[in-house]
Amino acid sequence: MNRKMVFYMIGRIILIEAALLLLPSVCALIYRENCLFALLITILIAVVSGLGLTLLNKPKDITIFAKEGFAIVALAWIVLSAIGALPFVISGEIPSFTDAFFETVSGFTTTGASILTDVEAMPKGLLFWRSFTHWIGGMGILVLVMAIVPTDSGRSIHIMRAEMPGPIIGKLVPRIRTTAKILYLIYIVMTAVQVIFLLCGKMSLFESLIHAFGTAGTGGFGAKADSIAGYSPYLQWVITVFMLIFGVNFNLYYLILVRKARSAFKSEEFWSYIAIVSVATAVITFNILPQMKNVSESLRAAAFQVASIISTTGYATADFNLWPSLSKGILFILMFTGACAGSTAGGLKISRVVLIFKSIRSNLKHMLHSRSVESVRFEGKTLDNATVRNVTAYLGIYIFCFVAIFLILCIEPFDLETNISAVAACFNNVGPGFSAVGPASSYTEYSDLSTWVLSFAMLLGRLEIFPVLLLFSPTVWIKTKTTKKRI
Amino acid sequence: MNIIVVGCGKIGTTLVSSLVAEGHDLVAVDNNPDVIAQITDIYDVMGICGNGADCDILEEAAANKADLIVTATGSDELNMLACFLAKRMGTKHTIARIRNPEYNDRSLSFMRHHLDLSLAINPELLAARELFSLLKLPSAAKVETFSVRNFQIIELRLKPDSLLDGMRLSQMRNVYKGNYLICAVQRGDEAYIPDGNFILRSGDKIGLTATHTEIAKLLKELGLMQKQARNIMILGGSRTAYYLTKMLCAAGNSVTVIERDRRLCEEFCETVPKATVINGDGTQQDLLLEEGLRSVDAFVSLTGIDEENILLASYASSQNVPKVISKVNREELIPLAEHWGLDCLVSPRKIIADVLVRYARALQNSEDSSVETLYKLMDDKVEVLEFIVKPDFPKLQIPFKDLKTKPNTLVAGIMRDRKTIIPSGEDMLLGGDKVVVLAANQRINKLSDILG
Repeated sequence: MNRKMVFYMIGRIILIEAALLLLPSVCALIYRENCLFALLITILIAVVSGLGLTLLNKPKDITIFAKEGFAIVALAWIVLSAIGALPFVISGEIPSFTDAFFETVSGFTTTGASILTDVEAMPKGLLFWRSFTHWIGGMGILVLVMAIVPTDSGRSIHIMRAEMPGPIIGKLVPRIRTTAKILYLIYIVMTAVQVIFLLCGKMSLFESLIHAFGTAGTGGFGAKADSIAGYSPYLQWVITVFMLIFGVNFNLYYLILVRKARSAFKSEEFWSYIAIVSVATAVITFNILPQMKNVSESLRAAAFQVASIISTTGYATADFNLWPSLSKGILFILMFTGACAGSTAGGLKISRVVLIFKSIRSNLKHMLHSRSVESVRFEGKTLDNATVRNVTAYLGIYIFCFVAIFLILCIEPFDLETNISAVAACFNNVGPGFSAVGPASSYTEYSDLSTWVLSFAMLLGRLEIFPVLLLFSPTVWIKTKTTKKRI
Repeated sequence: MNIIVVGCGKIGTTLVSSLVAEGHDLVAVDNNPDVIAQITDIYDVMGICGNGADCDILEEAAANKADLIVTATGSDELNMLACFLAKRMGTKHTIARIRNPEYNDRSLSFMRHHLDLSLAINPELLAARELFSLLKLPSAAKVETFSVRNFQIIELRLKPDSLLDGMRLSQMRNVYKGNYLICAVQRGDEAYIPDGNFILRSGDKIGLTATHTEIAKLLKELGLMQKQARNIMILGGSRTAYYLTKMLCAAGNSVTVIERDRRLCEEFCETVPKATVINGDGTQQDLLLEEGLRSVDAFVSLTGIDEENILLASYASSQNVPKVISKVNREELIPLAEHWGLDCLVSPRKIIADVLVRYARALQNSEDSSVETLYKLMDDKVEVLEFIVKPDFPKLQIPFKDLKTKPNTLVAGIMRDRKTIIPSGEDMLLGGDKVVVLAANQRINKLSDILG
């Protein structure tokens, strides 16, 4: 592996994080809070270590192959979270580094799982940073790097592939840098629109920003102990709609932008997403009707929770722990499906679920008619076997990781529902689970070991397993020899 | 510019690679998903899998907004059709690869006109032209001409016993008087634009600009002049060989062609009756010797297999054939072959890529100058461009000694009303001049890039 290039890129990413940390610092300055000091020290540490890494590792050879791409992405996310956790530790708001790391990973991976018991006591500067990590992590820090920093290497597609969720990554335009720019532009504009809608509902600017970041990244960190429950029905609907919007593949928005709306609305994944959301909402609405005052309230709560879970955001307007088993069961399943590929959501992604069903169907058919020739079609195109195989392999490793993490968590003295939903909520980047980790409680009860394991689970889920696992493969770390002479 | 490349075979891939390096936005179309997967892995381009003559695919490739489409699939007809459709959809320029000799000059120009093609390129014909010019001036490893025909740039390698070994360029000017310029030197992997203090070494590859007659004069003085090749042996009866033989025979040379395939031999015999066609296996050295390898002036290996070409070319060198040229398709093999001591290698893929890069660069004409020709020398490390200076170029009528030029660039020649000038500090540019400019290790798009 070209280690110099990997460390050089990570150095650059740390420098960008230092720049991003300026925003919460400004926020802390406005509110005249003591956490400003902690933020500034973190910026200093980031600048020093970032400069150190870039200057010490000036690479001669800048080629990036798949190996380097995976390593850069996985390492960058770990390092980013470690540095991002420092403000919490230095300011003393979250004294344990383990907990602070969990909180930051939860932010960057857009999970929204928190170890905080009293959110409202946090300084505003740190709350801002916590939510801002959602926004950065949602579209991906390396996509941001690619949009800003020009790279000569055409192979940087490997980085994009490692960071963007979904089975098939297509470029919008020939150049990867332009693609990254377009994606971020769409992202910024949609976030801004949401802020405006929230402001119209008389939410304060600070809270609007926090909730817009949380929704855009499909994260779920809020500013209140009861999440969104305390806000007006209008605000709840705005957040519901935007959670769903951010769960759609961003390529569709690009297609609409270039006036190809017709092909955008042909997307199979999009319609499957809409279908799942509507059916789930309808069932839950009727299921929870006895607990609610009227149909409109029931519909609002059901739609909000479905949108929040399927987009893996994790906001709550009600304690769904108290809902009937059927509703809880549906929400639990939605945690796994996740939203569309190419969005900011986590989970398996609808496209994978659809593909798995299609390949099962064609396999079944093949069993009945052993000579039939089958092909799996998706989005109007026949998929090659390699893609289908990748998706099934992903499902396999997904289940395997899930089981392994769950087993470790079983050491904890909690009931099965708590543990299994905690793993599902972290692994799929949702946030709140059921029972003891439900929307009304937090992850603070877990031991240090489990906190680390859950942090790891969140990273696995966000980067879609492979990049993180590949870090443990020894072949990735074999050093490239620098040869001076050709031939 | 937005460029679509249809067909990513050997030539298509080379095109993608060189056009991406030029900084264009590329869409690559091929019907083989593996090829597309590989190309999008290596280059920063968009890949579309499908038939390039399908208007849905062309629409997906945004043919309506593209500036240029290049079609290089294996089928001439598909290439023409794809270009035609793209043109109708709004692509500004279309270039098709048309290689079948049956579409001869007359029918080609008819088709070009009616299909609205900007350019039809025939890789074999271009390669044959390059080979032909090399055989006319066998001392050089590469010969390129500019728009004023008698002005040339040649590449030659200094042999171990060269008179120029250890000579300073300023000293050389005094010893060998004449109107010429050593404009580029390649030593090892590095390419330089030399100044007067540069000392030449044997083994260097040098670039020389001058008029045709001056070059001949200088080479004669240096004892490097080889007479024009008259007896030529060609190995392999490929299309390139067919075009080359036709040109050579028309110029009155005697040509022997060795080809393994009986049927091809007969075809060759019918189309180029003047050539001697031998049906036999060219890898048998006895056969080559029997057909007079030791007495020919030049040996050109043009079989379809690179390795065979390189091996037989070096065999011919060992038999003291004065001029040996080998066709090498895969660029990766060129440095290896040079390592073996073969300095004259022709790669059809590279020729095509150069033609297209030149075309694309000329499309981006700027206000003050326009690119007329573009060549790449010294393993592509040095670019040679010919610009037409527009009358409103800001730096007109200022002597060169008062102008700042960028490092590693050089004004190597000015062509003014069929006269050629090797510029000194006193010379200046006038509107309408054609200027030859060299740049090492960088890209220039317009004249003001180098004259500040």
